[in-house]
Amino acid sequence: MTPGKTSLAAIKAALFLLCLTPAFLLWRGLEMDSLGANPIEALTRSTGEWTLRFLLITLMVTPLRKLTGWHWILRLRRMLGLFAFAYGTAHLTTYVWLDQFFDWEAIARDILKRPFITIGFVALVLMAPLAATSSNFAIRRLGGRRWQALHRAIYPIVLLGCVHFWWLVKKDITWPLIYTVIAIALLGLRAWWREQERRKQLAGGYLPQQPQYQGKVIKIFAR
Amino acid sequence: MPIMLLRRPDDILPSEITPPGVYEDRRRFIAMAGSIALAGALPAGKARATTPSPLGPIVKSPLSTVESQTAYKAITTYNNFYELGTDKGDPALNTHKLKPTPWAVRIEGLVNKPRTFGIDEILKLAPLEERIYRMRCVEGWSMVIPWVGIPLATLLKLADPQGSARFVEFISHYDKATMTRGVLDWPYNEALRLDEARHPLTLLAVGLYGEVLPIQNGAPVRLVVPWKYGFKSGKSIVAIRLTEKQPVTAWMKAGPSEYGFYSNVNPDVDHPRWSQATERRIGEFSKRKTLMFNGYADQVASLYTGMDLRRNF
Repeated sequence: MTPGKTSLAAIKAALFLLCLTPAFLLWRGLEMDSLGANPIEALTRSTGEWTLRFLLITLMVTPLRKLTGWHWILRLRRMLGLFAFAYGTAHLTTYVWLDQFFDWEAIARDILKRPFITIGFVALVLMAPLAATSSNFAIRRLGGRRWQALHRAIYPIVLLGCVHFWWLVKKDITWPLIYTVIAIALLGLRAWWREQERRKQLAGGYLPQQPQYQGKVIKIFAR
Repeated sequence: MPIMLLRRPDDILPSEITPPGVYEDRRRFIAMAGSIALAGALPAGKARATTPSPLGPIVKSPLSTVESQTAYKAITTYNNFYELGTDKGDPALNTHKLKPTPWAVRIEGLVNKPRTFGIDEILKLAPLEERIYRMRCVEGWSMVIPWVGIPLATLLKLADPQGSARFVEFISHYDKATMTRGVLDWPYNEALRLDEARHPLTLLAVGLYGEVLPIQNGAPVRLVVPWKYGFKSGKSIVAIRLTEKQPVTAWMKAGPSEYGFYSNVNPDVDHPRWSQATERRIGEFSKRKTLMFNGYADQVASLYTGMDLRRNF
């Protein structure tokens, strides 16, 4: 199942709107004052959780592609990653603006002194070069291999995100635990695949019988 | 009314009794928020001329703050009451899990007169007072809440603590069948030093905004210790136990490095993971500075003379 050019564009447009829905609902919630007694906390919490969710969804693309053979879904990955960065930026903005109200001294102190804030901040800083190199131009400029190596930074980023959430909650770690388990499963799957590949190669008879994607650069943009 | 007149007639100036109409108005306002059309259809005069507060007459207290009070809706929908769910919106949605009647509170341990008070008896022990207190949560937010209750000291006096009693432990209701499992070591317990428990500010609350205490706020009877972080004020209390040794409380067990026995509001002693220097008053945009002992230093600082509050956090 590979959608044509027009259907892919339609799928992308629909996905774009879908990814915007949480932001839209938050905006409406603010306007209608339906985010509860502490709307700033709700906003900070929600944008943070959506950042983590989008990181996990982005990491689901490759496993899903391998399991289903829908290679075209790789074309949706960039948008998902950029939405993770957008929600992350919104999350940092709510903290800097609404929570600390541009009290840079307090913010600097927080980042240095509070491990959970340090980690969240590091994760977002690490996301910035990934977002900056998401264009076709950047991929060409860097070369596929280097680009791919850089974008593997999403692995530590998602783990930092999980730790950031885990250390923030007071006691009930149910949700941080759920996200962490998903993240570890998604990263573990990759490690396992890699190990299988290594063993296959060590065993000698490495004969590519079908299109192999491992170690190759796949064009993820339309030419 | 008769009980109060018998006890302390001087206190009950007619001007001091909060007119039921005020509460009636508040309730009407809340109802209106839900259904403007319905409330609008009611004649205003009729809405005022109704029964007095369901708790009976309430005396105002000089210990109340004059700061503007947090909205009823916020106080009753933003709660940390883990037995009814760990999300702040959960308790208001799970009120069916706690039946506030019948209810009894046991006073036990090192007392000469151990006994059990029914909730109706507690309501009649002393004139009900309105105490408008600041409430500072350990998470960094605060409210101003008009509680209704009696000084805890009244109850303690009736039980006649023994000379060896030094601490007072409060045990909250817990029903394993319906309430949250895990997270904390149930039932929830909290504790105070006996002198803290006897302090005039320490309140046994039975009401809120002139009404019966809502389930999610700890019905039918809870503790309110306004100079300590909110979690020190146990909800839905079933037992009060006087002890010689300092009890280990639920949060001390959950995080000994983060939650100490005293847990006095203190802007200079941070939670290991976040600052306690500022707080967000619910309903306000900007944060405000947190005050030592939550602004009750004049009344309570003397309880801690000579103590290292950094070590005794």
